Amino acid sequence: MVPFGGWEMPVEYTGITAEHMAVRERAGLFDVSHMGQIEIAGDQALEAVQRISCNDAAKLKVGQAQYSGLLTSAGTFVDDLLVYRLAPNHFLLVVNASHIDRDYAHIAENIRPAGDAVAVDASGRYALLALQGPAALGILQPLTAIDLASMKYYWFAHGEVAHVRATVSRTGYTGEDGFEIFVPPQSADRVWLALLDAGRSVGVVPCGLGARDTLRLEAGMRLHGSDIDETTTVLEADLGWIVGWKKTDFLGADALRAQKAAGVSRRLVGFETIDAGIARSGYDVYSGDTKIGRVTSGTQTPYLKKAVGLAYVSVAAAASGTEIHVDIRGRRERARVVPLPFYKRSM
Amino acid sequence: MPYPAGYKYTKDHEWIDLAGDRGKVGITDYAQQQLGDVVFMELPEVGRTVKVGQSFGTIESVKAVSELFAPVSGVVAEVNAALKQKPELVNSDPHASWMVVIKLSDPIEVGTLLDAAAYEALTK
Repeated sequence: MVPFGGWEMPVEYTGITAEHMAVRERAGLFDVSHMGQIEIAGDQALEAVQRISCNDAAKLKVGQAQYSGLLTSAGTFVDDLLVYRLAPNHFLLVVNASHIDRDYAHIAENIRPAGDAVAVDASGRYALLALQGPAALGILQPLTAIDLASMKYYWFAHGEVAHVRATVSRTGYTGEDGFEIFVPPQSADRVWLALLDAGRSVGVVPCGLGARDTLRLEAGMRLHGSDIDETTTVLEADLGWIVGWKKTDFLGADALRAQKAAGVSRRLVGFETIDAGIARSGYDVYSGDTKIGRVTSGTQTPYLKKAVGLAYVSVAAAASGTEIHVDIRGRRERARVVPLPFYKRSM
Repeated sequence: MPYPAGYKYTKDHEWIDLAGDRGKVGITDYAQQQLGDVVFMELPEVGRTVKVGQSFGTIESVKAVSELFAPVSGVVAEVNAALKQKPELVNSDPHASWMVVIKLSDPIEVGTLLDAAAYEALTK
């Protein structure tokens, strides 16, 4: 167990590799109750969300979710988040555990100009379980009346799971099909055990933070605090697709529009090593003798069995196929820029 | 998993299986449990001189990289190339998964190593 954002979290239950492979091939169950929930409601709730979240929340129908960023005025990440539209004037934001207080203060301060909207830290009201993997639907369906097969990716519905009031969304942080299940904390253990029980015959396993990190990296998903933070802009992180460029105004808009016009000088890329060795977070990246960037995530991924990573590099070296060098404890090992994601599910 | 009584151990969680002036070196069951799934090893060339307590290579799991420390001084006489191809054997059979054979240059150092009981007490 390790301390994580104010929680005690298991790095692994049976082993990172076994848990990672279970999610790719069958299913894994994660307790991600550490994630924070902030609700925004009121007549001007949409305006408030539009101001503090860079993606375009007006595109969300009730029952739909989107990935977005909570930005500084410089266009850098206070946090990344999922925005759920619960009702026309009611939104749920799911944020990272260690940033709940800061996110909440940032939101409360910045929604005031929007008028009639209130933000509430509702983290204590939700436990969150993530059932991920190709077998997830088959495991979950017998426990709920919600029609999961007709639920599209990044949509959600309310109902019951194992006789517990729940909101089920077809989302995740693994690159697999799967569901995230919001339940009242006092009933979370019942739902956890019911899911493990229902999945036993297909080999579902509980998964810890270690596999969560290797799975998301294989899927090319950024981790706030490693790959994105208050020093990196949305465009540098190559996440321009989460910016609602047509919105009139939002925090960070001016900076991002200026940066889009001028072009970025560095960009987050995926790479895989050519020589032996695993590039870890913090290692320097070179082109010839010139330092051009830094690794922000890196490991040997259990499914692809390759040493891969994410790094910020100067744009001149950011094109796929470019050969770069990573300083692995004093040795310059060759690596190649490759398209993201490293892993894409076949369905 | 029991710690073989015939081996000697270091506080850094290496074992050495001595035979004459040579010893096979690996890491303990406790060490592999701490590391988790081992995926990569960097081992020295045959002929390299190693000093007691100094790094002779690295071992990497999915989650971390660790140094391998020489339990004795000497010269690397053999390297287990087969283990480099199947690093997961360090997890499944740590006390048989030797990484290098060191030809001792200063056998008196053996006196500073721990026996199995003393090592096991250290991991409790």
